[in-house]
Amino acid sequence: MDLSFSKEDLDFRQDVVNFLDAKYPEDIRERQDKRLPLDKEQNVRWQKILSKQGWFAVNWPSEYSGNPELSLTQKYILQNVLAEYNTPVLLPFGVGMCAPVIYSFGTDKQKEQHLPSILNSDVWWCQGYSEPGSGSDLASLKTRADKEGDNYIVSGSKAWTTLAQHADWIFCLVRTEKTSIKQEGISFLLIDMKTPGIEVKPIITVDGSHEVNMVFFDNVIVPCKNLVGEEGQGWNIAKFLLMHERSGIAGISSLKRELLRLRELSASTIVGEGTLLDEPGFRAKIEQTEIELTATEFTELRTLSTMSSGGSPGAEASILKIKGTELQQKISELFVEMLGYYAHPFFTENELGSNESIGPEYAGPVMPHYLNYRKVSIYGGSNEIQRNVISKAILGL
Amino acid sequence: MDFTFNEEQGLIKGQVEQFIQRDYDWETRQSFILNDSGFSQKNWKTFAELGWLGISLSEESGGFGGSAIDTMIVMEEFGKGLVLEPFLETVVMCAGLIDSTGNSEQKKEILSEVVEGRMQLALAYAEPQSRFNLADVMTEAKQDGDNFILNGFKSVVMNGPNANQIIISARTSGDQRDELGISLFVVETESSGLSLRNYQTVDNRRASELTLESVTVPSSSLIGELNQGFKELDSSIDRAILAISAEAVGAMEILYKTTVEYTKTREQFGTPIGKFQVLQHRMVDMFMEYEQCKSLLYMATMKHDEVSSDAKKAISGLKYQVGNAAKFVGQQAVQLHGGMGVTDELNVGHYFKRLTTIGTIFGNSDYHLKKYTAL
Repeated sequence: MDLSFSKEDLDFRQDVVNFLDAKYPEDIRERQDKRLPLDKEQNVRWQKILSKQGWFAVNWPSEYSGNPELSLTQKYILQNVLAEYNTPVLLPFGVGMCAPVIYSFGTDKQKEQHLPSILNSDVWWCQGYSEPGSGSDLASLKTRADKEGDNYIVSGSKAWTTLAQHADWIFCLVRTEKTSIKQEGISFLLIDMKTPGIEVKPIITVDGSHEVNMVFFDNVIVPCKNLVGEEGQGWNIAKFLLMHERSGIAGISSLKRELLRLRELSASTIVGEGTLLDEPGFRAKIEQTEIELTATEFTELRTLSTMSSGGSPGAEASILKIKGTELQQKISELFVEMLGYYAHPFFTENELGSNESIGPEYAGPVMPHYLNYRKVSIYGGSNEIQRNVISKAILGL
Repeated sequence: MDFTFNEEQGLIKGQVEQFIQRDYDWETRQSFILNDSGFSQKNWKTFAELGWLGISLSEESGGFGGSAIDTMIVMEEFGKGLVLEPFLETVVMCAGLIDSTGNSEQKKEILSEVVEGRMQLALAYAEPQSRFNLADVMTEAKQDGDNFILNGFKSVVMNGPNANQIIISARTSGDQRDELGISLFVVETESSGLSLRNYQTVDNRRASELTLESVTVPSSSLIGELNQGFKELDSSIDRAILAISAEAVGAMEILYKTTVEYTKTREQFGTPIGKFQVLQHRMVDMFMEYEQCKSLLYMATMKHDEVSSDAKKAISGLKYQVGNAAKFVGQQAVQLHGGMGVTDELNVGHYFKRLTTIGTIFGNSDYHLKKYTAL
């Protein structure tokens, strides 16, 4: 047991700092610091900068990423420094989700076709899982893929598809066979979004933003070579992927940064003769959140450490999903509380950039974030489902 | 002890209920948001015709001599319909204040117009540094012969963009946070030197940032006595807390019921999700939060009408409970609706947003717990 960093680790930290000082683009930094959303070009540009440095696909085996694998400690340091600099959160759909499936289950041809373009952020991926009738019960999905010669004919609809409006490709769970056990007839299919018969319709959320979509498939022709793994293996792949999704979902480093920011801003928020941080009620909530956050950080580190010595993350990943999302929501709630009345003036994300803020400079995005973050305890397997996973897999109930 | 409404109150309740059902379906309500004012002028006229705008005002002011209980009945029904019309701001906060404190001239000029539905009002009491403390006033009014000259800044003035006149708290003597030395002025929105920056709030209502640069008003604009405005302002906010809590109770009732209905029809794993015990208990908690708030609401409203010595403590206790419950019920209604809950299309998100602002308006739970402790 040891909490300290080696000299090599500290040198690595300095490398990351030097890199960010030199290469983090000013325009992106400005949007990020104001908590304004990035456009597609800015997201892609930043990912390319990281990729060039070899710090984009850090969880890939080196034979696919072309870079030496970082140690667990180095990944931890990298994540922390990136969060301290408030660099953009990487969109997981290509690099964190589709790619691991392809290099774990795909053919050599599929690896050749897709991995380099994901590594270089030339292709934008989105995820076709949930359907209007299949949320928590994902395995009940109904989107059909019927085999006809060398093709599948895909028909159905996917819901809550994040940033599908920008996507070039979508990876989908589809039903290739009607089986008595619903999990067994599901397959994992890669689909080019330019194929005729695909329609993307925006879903506007409570914060007024367009982040998620409906994606409709009407007799879409998909070549059989786009099937990943075997027919009927889709559910196993999905389980593998959910595990991947959950292990990064806690977002501890960003939470630490936001909590620090909350503390600093509340210390300059005047209340009577003192500040908001002097108010016992508010102060207690900040400290309680910090303790819970520290606990979650070390739960994550313990899980990662088990993984690096060959163990599998298993259902412990569900703990991180629950705790991480609860903290995200709690912190966003405290930001709203901090602002008092100035949380109420409301501008959608498109209006925010062009309007002078009402009240404190940081006020504009606070309420939209709070509203938007209600999603985090719903997506990626709702927190109720995660508790079911823990109760079944860990407690054996 | 009696918790039932009298015949007249029952009639009002039925009338508002019927209005919501007939004229306030969800799509119609959403179309009002797009109006410049953020509500329906036609509805406002209806309110006037039905006598609701004068319901709590004294008969000498042209009202119907009702009590806080009558206001509560109207506001609870408004909460169910998520009514956008600024009844709280114009009638409860401002007209109520003039009715209790204004001189006969002010009552005649302003209240008759309000009761007839021809005038909108707003109360400008918050400042950027004041947070929830009504006594923290930096805006100044200096006497200049027969006039007062106002300078300062007021934040998040609800219904500001629609108001013909705005009641402004200003310091006429004393230090920044003294209760003594605050005076109330009613000022025409069109006055020279008064400027508004208007915007929408997250609950789709309208508000303004108000700047006063040497705004000259005649002495007749003073409401009540010079330097003695705090007590009346505070009383007006007490009435407003009772009213907005009633609105919250109405909104929470709709949210828990909507959630229960949804979980009966939404099927996952081959069964309605309402069959899952973890969700059943969650909805039971939502229901209990609603009931507890309703109990405190009735208690505090009756104490207020009886001018009980612990009415203020009851009101702070109520607002504390409503703040917590509104957050819990709103968040859980969204959670149990899953992805649908976070869409703009479904009404649940809109109820959640209004309950979020209600949690803050007139002081959040932390503030009122502190006040409750001190009382």
